[in-house]
Amino acid sequence: MRRRSPVFLARRAYRLRRLRDAARLLPLAGAFLLLLPILWEPAGGAARETAWDGVYLFVIWGLLIGAAAWLARGLVAGEDSDDDIAADTAIEAMSDSPPDSPTDGPAGGLAGGGR
Amino acid sequence: MAHHAMLIEDEPHITEAIRFLLSRDGWQVSALRDGGEAEAAVRAARPDLLILDLMLPGRSGLEILSALRADAEFAALPVMMLTAKGQGRDREAAERAGANLFMAKPFSNAEFVAAARSLVPVTDPASGGGA
Amino acid sequence: MPFNLLVLACLSYAILLFAIAFAAERNMQAGAARWLRSPLVYTLSLSIYCTAWTFYGAVGYAARSGLEFATIYLGPTLVFVGWWWILRKLVRIGRRQRVTSIADMISSRYGKSNLLGVIVTVMCVVAATPYIALQLQSVTLSFGVFATAGTYGWALPDTNSTALWVAVGLALFTILFGTRNLDANEQHTGIVTAIAVEAVVKLVALLAVGIYVVWVLADGPVDIFERINASALADWELIPSRWTGLIALSAAAVLCLPRMFQVLVVECSDERNLATASWAFPLYLAAMSIFVVPIAVVGLQMLPAGANPDLFVLTLPLSQGQGGLAMLAFLGGFSSATSMVIVASIALSTMVSNHIVMPLWLSLRPTREVTGDVRRLVLHARRFSIAGVLGLGYLYYSLSGGSAALAAIGLISFVGVAQMLPAMLGAIFWRGATRVGASAGLCIGFAVWAYTLFLPSFGPGGVYSLSMFMEGPFGIGWLRPQALFGVAGMDPLIHALFWSLSLNTVAFAIGSLVSFPTPVERVQGLAFVNVFDTERTEPLAWETGQVETEELLKLAQRILGDEQALTFFEHAAAEQGTGGYLPDPTPEFLDALERKLAGAVGAAAAHAMIAELAGRARVTVADLMRVADETAQIMEYSGRLEAQRAEMERTARQLREANEKLTQLSIQKDAFLSQISHELRTPMTSIRAFSEILMEGDVPPEVASGQARIIHEEAIRLTRLLDDLLDLSVLENGTVQLDLRLASLNELIDRALRSAAQVRPERVFTIWRDLPSEALFLRTDPDRLSQVFINLVSNSRKYCDAARPELRINVKQRGARVIVDFIDNGSGIPKDKQQIIFEKFARLSDQTRAGGAGLGLAICREIMANLGGTIAYLPAQGGAAFRVTLPLRLEKHPFADAA
Repeated sequence: MRRRSPVFLARRAYRLRRLRDAARLLPLAGAFLLLLPILWEPAGGAARETAWDGVYLFVIWGLLIGAAAWLARGLVAGEDSDDDIAADTAIEAMSDSPPDSPTDGPAGGLAGGGR
Repeated sequence: MAHHAMLIEDEPHITEAIRFLLSRDGWQVSALRDGGEAEAAVRAARPDLLILDLMLPGRSGLEILSALRADAEFAALPVMMLTAKGQGRDREAAERAGANLFMAKPFSNAEFVAAARSLVPVTDPASGGGA
Repeated sequence: MPFNLLVLACLSYAILLFAIAFAAERNMQAGAARWLRSPLVYTLSLSIYCTAWTFYGAVGYAARSGLEFATIYLGPTLVFVGWWWILRKLVRIGRRQRVTSIADMISSRYGKSNLLGVIVTVMCVVAATPYIALQLQSVTLSFGVFATAGTYGWALPDTNSTALWVAVGLALFTILFGTRNLDANEQHTGIVTAIAVEAVVKLVALLAVGIYVVWVLADGPVDIFERINASALADWELIPSRWTGLIALSAAAVLCLPRMFQVLVVECSDERNLATASWAFPLYLAAMSIFVVPIAVVGLQMLPAGANPDLFVLTLPLSQGQGGLAMLAFLGGFSSATSMVIVASIALSTMVSNHIVMPLWLSLRPTREVTGDVRRLVLHARRFSIAGVLGLGYLYYSLSGGSAALAAIGLISFVGVAQMLPAMLGAIFWRGATRVGASAGLCIGFAVWAYTLFLPSFGPGGVYSLSMFMEGPFGIGWLRPQALFGVAGMDPLIHALFWSLSLNTVAFAIGSLVSFPTPVERVQGLAFVNVFDTERTEPLAWETGQVETEELLKLAQRILGDEQALTFFEHAAAEQGTGGYLPDPTPEFLDALERKLAGAVGAAAAHAMIAELAGRARVTVADLMRVADETAQIMEYSGRLEAQRAEMERTARQLREANEKLTQLSIQKDAFLSQISHELRTPMTSIRAFSEILMEGDVPPEVASGQARIIHEEAIRLTRLLDDLLDLSVLENGTVQLDLRLASLNELIDRALRSAAQVRPERVFTIWRDLPSEALFLRTDPDRLSQVFINLVSNSRKYCDAARPELRINVKQRGARVIVDFIDNGSGIPKDKQQIIFEKFARLSDQTRAGGAGLGLAICREIMANLGGTIAYLPAQGGAAFRVTLPLRLEKHPFADAA
């Protein structure tokens, strides 16, 4: 019977959970960052630095894309390994059950002892 | 002339015992094993005494007796019933069917012969022979 | 550039798309091209979000309102990077329920209600009409640019006829490729591939213009940077309400737009594609946006004042004499418009045919039976719907005169479809959402939208008079279309968005809270909200038995086509383990068929069709238990009561049985004693009679010895009877000592036949045996087993009444058990006696009485129980037949554990 290190499995499952948390948090963080420009008041009524606003927007945009790409890779791998873990448990469950007890041997082999 | 006793009994050893006892007492004994043939045999032989076992192969003793009693010709035929069960129920049934006497197995030889004699007035066989 | 060349370019581009779509479908059918369903194609197909509005309008938007244009792409970006929240669930539900459109999804969730399907369909068609008009307008405008360029000396014949030609061309293309398959779930591979190519064309075109502007017209990014800060755009003012509102609006629209739902959910072939799209689609949007501001700024500086900023993408290259680049830009815009119109009209036509035409046909047809070719009907309905949708778009274009700015039209449409958001989110996150709430929310939201945004879009003097705008209907000030409840001074778009969505949500919530869902709604609600928990939801329990599978097959053939229907039925039959083409109409099968049909005609129509044939779907107790916890608890409680009642009934029954058994036992005991009495008295009679005779002493010696022999025999008989009774008693108590040894079955049978030959030795039996099969070694008590065999053979010798008696002995090994059958050719045992022959003293008739006391089979039964086996009478073997079954290896006393 084979047993994997449970520490490893638990750790992987734990990582996966946190990855999903991160995936859920990402749009909230993005919304916050994208709504931040609302708070910016051009100092002293000076003209808005539109170019810099644009750079800010595209930098945030790029960060979101990068983070989503990184998370997506982990999440897809995680979904696959979910199946792996399930398959492993199934195999272990199978090997847990005792093998069929061997029979006493062929009937003919005991013929001599009969009489 | 010797009285004729007819015995319907399926146990061969019992038949042999009764035949011995009655023959020694001067009876002419005929025996039959099968209940199914009994009635016809009785009608043909017209015995002076019928000894019927209660449990018989083919037809039970009670049935044979009822059939005979229904016929006026055999209404007065003396009948002795034998049974190995010996319960009161059987005795009542036998009396209702018209048995004159009921005897439980095992019986004493003397009793049995006396009962047979009581049913048929017997003249002494030896003296009868001389008449 | 000659106009003819332009038309030729358009035509050859259309033919190219045609060829691509055709080749893709061919490849897909051959199963060759996996990449057609790759994440890349999926992501590119999503780009139909970027229509001509993006391609041309974004620059114009930027020129007018600065960076605000980006909000339209930031909303979808947030939705996609947050795919784990909503999109993943939507796609899973769409695939699980075989959803054909957003209307189908909402209708299916709220109890397969067709009313909701109709409401959503009407809303989508109305909201999409201006959007389609916008595409026609942009294509027409772009034609116009070339015409008015003047340099080439030609004029556009007539803008209206151009728009008409474009509309007709698009309708033809869509009909040709969008309505080839009936099953909307069978995804339009050809169309999707063509859309993906168009996505590349428009991205490349926009990037090319952008690069040309930044690095050729300007001196690179730094120069552009300075130009931006120097331009009018620098004075751009960020209006917080619009910024927030538009991000939210575009996020809602990307979820609710029928065409987005089509590519996002219906055409999704693999959920994993969504993970790639979660970052790749925002990347595409960013790439489409990055050069918008530079193009706008440079355009504003270089082109004469009064030039339409919506067409800078075209006019900038054209003004520099870059005919080729302008051509590319034109094709990019053309791509944007065509791809949007194609997908939108497919999505809308599916909705119209499934939720309006099919239900009408179902209720209007004269007979209950589904007759005629429904496939053809549905396909025609879709084709006419496509033409109708494009016709409406053209009509709107002609009526509105194409004057409004592109961006404004697009946003009106967005607010319209955003009305579906509460019902949709409620559908997938709130089990308490009901049909009543969804209908109320949708209707109110739609009405407010139409009143405050859609109708005013025709301008003063269009639908509303100027006084209507200024003073409200009938002079009621607080009902002014753009200042509801006296909230004046708000941006009209945000005003409409705020009021429509707020009232919509409130109506949805209140309606859901006060109404009670139907059972089907509750089941569907569970299936939607808990789509990830319930791997496979139980099907609704259709009433089975009322429906002929043949009728279902007829129905399916009419809708799916002969071949597909037969394949589906054959597959289902094989899965049920029956051959042929007609599976049993089990609830599972009906559910699968409903889903299959739903892929073609929508959930509501499929449900109605099957309900007509199969009777109403019953929502079982089990369904309700899954749906509602409170119900489950009630059911559990009454279930416990039920269990207690059953338990008491069981106990009472057991008591009754025990009582009967005791009575029976008492009777049996009396009978047994009576039997024993009889069996003892019979030999006693002979013994007593002869012993008395012998005691008298006057018997001749030879007679006396005969009588003594009789006494002896009867004494032996008595002993045997007592032995049997003791044996039986020991066997019944399980206190028997077994002598377990290995023994040859063959020898045991030999021994039994030898011993039993003494019984009625005058009878000659033919014995049939199969010696090889008897070559078995058993671990058992050989003496006990042969006792059984002897008894059986003896019985046969005694009772077999055939003229030429035969006895067959068959031996079979079944795993660890051995079966030995003893079959003779007599008249056997009558059926009513077969049960009692194993009882004590159960001789069948006195005629067959041959010395035994009637304990033989009773003892056999007890012996076999002690040997871990059984003995039974085998009926219908052409004679008396007994089957002895015993273990090959008896390891210990079978009663040892119990003792």
